[in-house]
Amino acid sequence: MAHLIDRRLQGKNKSAGNRERFLRRYKGQIKDAVTRAIKGRSIKDVEKGEKVSIPVKDIGEPTFGHAHGGVWEVVRPGNKEYQKGDQIQRPKGGQGSGKGKAGNSEEITEDDFVFELTREEFMNYFFEDLELPNLIKTQLTSITEFKHQRAGYTISGTPTNIHVLRSMRSAIGRRIAVGAKSRKRLRAAEAELEELLKNAFEDDHRVLTLRKEIQHLRAKLNGIPFLDPIDLRYSNRVKVPKPTSQAVMFCVMDVSGSMDQAKKDAAKRFFILLYLFLERAYEKIQVVFIRHHTQATEVDEDEFFNSRESGGTVVSSALHLLHKIIAERYSSSDWNVYVAQASDGDNWDNDSITCRELLINKIMPMVQYYAYVEITDGEPQNLWHEYTQIPDHHPHFAMQKIESPSDIYPVFRELFKKQPK
Amino acid sequence: MTTTELTKKPARKSSRGKKSKRFRLPDQSEWTFELIEQIHEEIRRVAGDFGLDTYPNQLEIITAEQMMDAYASVGMPVSYAHWSFGKQFLATEKSYKRGHMGLAYEIVINSNPCIAYLMEENSLAMQALVIAHASYGHNSFFKGNYLFRTWTDADAIIDYMLFAKNYIADCEQRYGIGEVELLLDSCHALQNYGVDRYKRPAKLSLAEERERQEERERYLQSQVNDLWRTLPKKHVAVHEDGPKRFPEEPQENLLYFIEKFAPLMEPWQREIVRIVRKISQYFYPQRQTQVMNEGWATFWHYTILNQLYDEGVVGDGFMMEFLQSHTNVVYQPSIHSKYFNGINPYALGFAMMRDIRRICENPTEEDCHWFPDIAGSDWKKTLDFAMRNFKDESFIAQFLSPKLIRDFHFFSVLDDDKKDKLAISAIHNEAGYRYIREQLAGQYNLGNREPNIQVWSVDTHGDRALTLRHNQYMRRPLNDQAEEVLKHVARLWGFDVLLETVDPDGKVLDTIEVKCEKRHRI
Repeated sequence: MAHLIDRRLQGKNKSAGNRERFLRRYKGQIKDAVTRAIKGRSIKDVEKGEKVSIPVKDIGEPTFGHAHGGVWEVVRPGNKEYQKGDQIQRPKGGQGSGKGKAGNSEEITEDDFVFELTREEFMNYFFEDLELPNLIKTQLTSITEFKHQRAGYTISGTPTNIHVLRSMRSAIGRRIAVGAKSRKRLRAAEAELEELLKNAFEDDHRVLTLRKEIQHLRAKLNGIPFLDPIDLRYSNRVKVPKPTSQAVMFCVMDVSGSMDQAKKDAAKRFFILLYLFLERAYEKIQVVFIRHHTQATEVDEDEFFNSRESGGTVVSSALHLLHKIIAERYSSSDWNVYVAQASDGDNWDNDSITCRELLINKIMPMVQYYAYVEITDGEPQNLWHEYTQIPDHHPHFAMQKIESPSDIYPVFRELFKKQPK
Repeated sequence: MTTTELTKKPARKSSRGKKSKRFRLPDQSEWTFELIEQIHEEIRRVAGDFGLDTYPNQLEIITAEQMMDAYASVGMPVSYAHWSFGKQFLATEKSYKRGHMGLAYEIVINSNPCIAYLMEENSLAMQALVIAHASYGHNSFFKGNYLFRTWTDADAIIDYMLFAKNYIADCEQRYGIGEVELLLDSCHALQNYGVDRYKRPAKLSLAEERERQEERERYLQSQVNDLWRTLPKKHVAVHEDGPKRFPEEPQENLLYFIEKFAPLMEPWQREIVRIVRKISQYFYPQRQTQVMNEGWATFWHYTILNQLYDEGVVGDGFMMEFLQSHTNVVYQPSIHSKYFNGINPYALGFAMMRDIRRICENPTEEDCHWFPDIAGSDWKKTLDFAMRNFKDESFIAQFLSPKLIRDFHFFSVLDDDKKDKLAISAIHNEAGYRYIREQLAGQYNLGNREPNIQVWSVDTHGDRALTLRHNQYMRRPLNDQAEEVLKHVARLWGFDVLLETVDPDGKVLDTIEVKCEKRHRI
């Protein structure tokens, strides 16, 4: 008789290990492909899977085989007009009679091996080797987080947590202990009875008494419950507080009139990258969005990326707001504070000096890392010149320039690449 | 493992047929476990009536994704991990998602019990088709055909694959994934040269494998050491009768030779070479019996399901669906069609099996002349005999009839690169039948399809270089991957490797030399 087995529920990703090995092997190529892919992407679909192609020659598995040449004689089906002895022109390229293996071989047809990375894998490659610099970890946060941990066994609990093995073990122990006396007496009585029966009759009163006793003992032993409530053991789990680091990222974006559509777009793409990266890499991170023209406002994520409000430029307005928020909400030493600022650097003249001083004296001491990107395709603007003085005072200040959309990714990586420890 | 396009049909409302004494399959396209068991029972009964001898069957319902998994690991339920299987999986997944190809609707494993996968997406009719095709067609072929009987061991293969998987996983743990991967890459490159063509291999047995493994490791190492004990003992005349050739005879099994004699290999590396070799050997019969195996299985699903139809077990709707798949499977595009991609083994095999039955039942005068032995004989016995005792090459040489050559409009094309034009050397006429049959049979001779490359010599007294020889067949050159493969050979051998191409007279035409890049150890 045949067996019919339903395997649908088990072993879904048997090939996962193989897939992972494949990705591991071609990591370099895949990373290149990911970098190429991200350049062409619009803001909305950065976070999607991606088709990746690798040149077939790189992934081939070589085997000995025949090349075309020499003599090939092949039988083909579907003759229509040929007669023996006919001479035909050699067909050019592709498949045709006499081409030997050309028609059947897999490798020849495709130039690139194309496959899909899942969203997860894609983002992993994309954000690989990036981190927030200077993050101080392992502080117990005020928002305490717990993790569950095994902690032996208890005698009470919910039925789902019953530990069968332990429960059965104590049941066996109890049954042995409780029945020991009776079992001992039973064995003795049985031996006695056997001895007695050698020279006594069935209806001898001693025999009868013994029989009665044996029956009684048996009933008693049978009466010992197989499993008793006191046998039950439950797996115990306890909550332990989990140390985490608290971090906040400020995204400061210039939306003044001088930022034209292309520059705003570049800034948004930069922040979207940053946002995705933070969301993926750090479980607990707060993000504060600040937009500014002549005035700065704290906005939510949606407004930050989508609002069209605009005006002149006073960068210090944003820095004042930034400082105020840090002082009010993130002042305690538990917080790791990060700032990323994007602007075209076209600031109201005297304001840039204010900005520099504000940063050097007030903001930089409070933050772990400050990244400034200037989005401009021309000469650096006055803000840039002022900012170049900051790194002398505070090494955890970084600045980069984005000239064209294709710079976004490299600049982003440059700013957040893992630093050698 | 067999593959065919899967065609899906919209679900139909079920309308139960009249209750009769005999089981009748309801006209519905959704399958249930009960229905599969019932139809399987019917198929088993009919197959038994036809005298098919099979291993016990095990049917497993799997999802499309699991099918792709199985597909990627050469159709085995367990296999070791390697990136090439991942590549295969990605490629399969891609074309499946794009809709470029239906998945193989069945995979069947030559094991005891014989495991056949049923994909959950298939309709009831397709499941019945798969059961008849795989669990009775292929299964009986695995059990009966002499090549499978000689070369494979259905009882032990699953255990052996498990052993291989664990052993290789263990090596990865100990020596690193990268190291094992390099070794497997090299072994895979020589996979087709890891088979004994004429010697019967020892039976596989998991228990013995384990037991002997350690012993083997020690023994191998001692053998190797012995071979390389080249220290001149004294100044006695070593060259009395010239240095002894090694190996004394050319060796066709490159992986075997490497496993036994590669000077620098660690025992675990030899074991992995052996694993790849054993698995390659296991698949060797499949590569030699494609036409027969598929033809046999297709013939039997066709015959069995038609019998069920005649008995009224299955209805018209079932038959229509079945026939549509069946005709897709056995379609042979002609050379002028854009779908042409060589000869379809299903088409040729099925046609030949049917033709043998026809010759037995209704022989024409021509058949009596060409096949005096089988014309008019009992078709079941004749087919059974053919299935048991042939491989593709000899099967075609023996049984391809003039009628089939006409039906297929076979013709033979001669392509000599020394001539300007192709020549038609034979067509489907009286003068050409024998010639075409011979040619077609030769086309299925693995010895002609793959370059004949053997171990020629080892410079045991010098730099330990290994020389391989490619005996050229019909002046056909090697492909441009040869050098890449040689690099793999050099990696396995641990010293320089030469490949000489020689013509039939023994004249060396061409030599490729690959220097061994890095020594693993001194």
